[in-house]
Amino acid sequence: MNSWNRFVETFFNAKVMAKYLPDILYGTVVTIELAVLVVLAGLAAGLVLALVRSLAIRPLNWLIIFVVDLFRSLPPLVIIVLLYFGLPSAGWSPSSFVSTWLSLALVLMAFAEEIFWAGITSVAKGQWEAARSTGLSFGQTLIYVVLPQALRLTIAPLTNRTIAITKGTALGTVVALHEILGMASSAVSNSYNPSPLMMGAAAYIVLFLPVVVAARWIETRFAWKR
Amino acid sequence: MAYPIVAAHGIHKHFGQLHVLKGVDLEVEERELVFVIGPSGSGKSTLLRCLNRLEEPSSGSITVAGIDMLSPRTDINHARQHIGMVFQSFNLYPHMTALGNVMLALRKVAGKSRSEAEDIAQAALERVGLADRAHHRPAELSGGQQQRVAIARAIALEPRVMLFDEPTSALDPELVGSVLAVMRSLRESGMTMIVVSHEMGFARAAADRVVFMDHGLIVEQGPPAQIFETPAHERTRAFIGQIRQH
Repeated sequence: MNSWNRFVETFFNAKVMAKYLPDILYGTVVTIELAVLVVLAGLAAGLVLALVRSLAIRPLNWLIIFVVDLFRSLPPLVIIVLLYFGLPSAGWSPSSFVSTWLSLALVLMAFAEEIFWAGITSVAKGQWEAARSTGLSFGQTLIYVVLPQALRLTIAPLTNRTIAITKGTALGTVVALHEILGMASSAVSNSYNPSPLMMGAAAYIVLFLPVVVAARWIETRFAWKR
Repeated sequence: MAYPIVAAHGIHKHFGQLHVLKGVDLEVEERELVFVIGPSGSGKSTLLRCLNRLEEPSSGSITVAGIDMLSPRTDINHARQHIGMVFQSFNLYPHMTALGNVMLALRKVAGKSRSEAEDIAQAALERVGLADRAHHRPAELSGGQQQRVAIARAIALEPRVMLFDEPTSALDPELVGSVLAVMRSLRESGMTMIVVSHEMGFARAAADRVVFMDHGLIVEQGPPAQIFETPAHERTRAFIGQIRQH
């Protein structure tokens, strides 16, 4: 057996790959579910926090800033482990899926809030004044005048950050979540062959490369002249 | 004497330590065009912005079209429909077309249907001579055209009073004329207007009254000829002299 064959045998072992393909596919589905829920919850919560912050209620804003800074500074892995291993002693035992989802959603929420907030504050004060002077309420001004402009500015940093955090679904392995990496590594220990890891990596690429390409497209599409 | 449509009394405004308005009284009659002049920092823009409560006066009373603007029971958003405002920096919504800019408040504040709002907005753009630019974004319009769209956005709501805050100061000289022409036609249609501006030629030709402000107070006021030719006050004389040199 020459070295090329040995390389193929080791990393792209057809028999092993065929055997564990269903596992990897199962993990892919879990990863997709998790990723979609993280993005939905994280972005929605981040936007809500940014909108609440724009009301400028001081004690509330301190709280928001504190929460946001907290989740921006904690490594997502630490939050996952804390929720999964720590919360049961407080009487709630979230599943590995829920722990991972909640952790990543909170982190995305924190970063998304900051990005949305930066977008909202970057809209010129005159926009608010013009809209309010025609009788639009604070909320109407926010929705029809300020947010559409703010969202355009945020779209590039937001997609980048969303991708970065969503890839953190792989961190779920530490709490035995059966997502792509978890399925692949248990397949590796059962088969004594790293081929499933290669399949896992391929699955991530299949999942995220289109998102990255889409993000690039969105960025150029919304790059915007005043 | 007619019933004043704008009556502001004893207006004070503090920005922290800064006392910007020191007890200003201003009454404006229906169909009157009042020009407010004065050095920068004299408080003229702040006074204008107090009238529709973009700035909250520290004390005083303001009545516009019979509405007590400072009462906590006044629906300020409803009241502002009656007070159009035009800004130095146009402040058009960059993500909307000219038509969209004019339609927004018609739809959301006045509660017009889409087709109704579109008709009114189109008519307003017609009045400022920009019917053919209805589907252009602000970025595709010149400064003068943007300011005229901003005027259309305000007059579409059929305000009782129009406030102009240095409407031509951000414009290239060759574009000023088109905006002043629109203001003149508004004037001829009987619109009550309060204008903060340094366009002395326009003031002389169109204003009923010129108000000179300095250091947060109205120093003197009167017909344009009187203020420009025979000002009673030394500070007015100095200011008029300075303006003339430019």
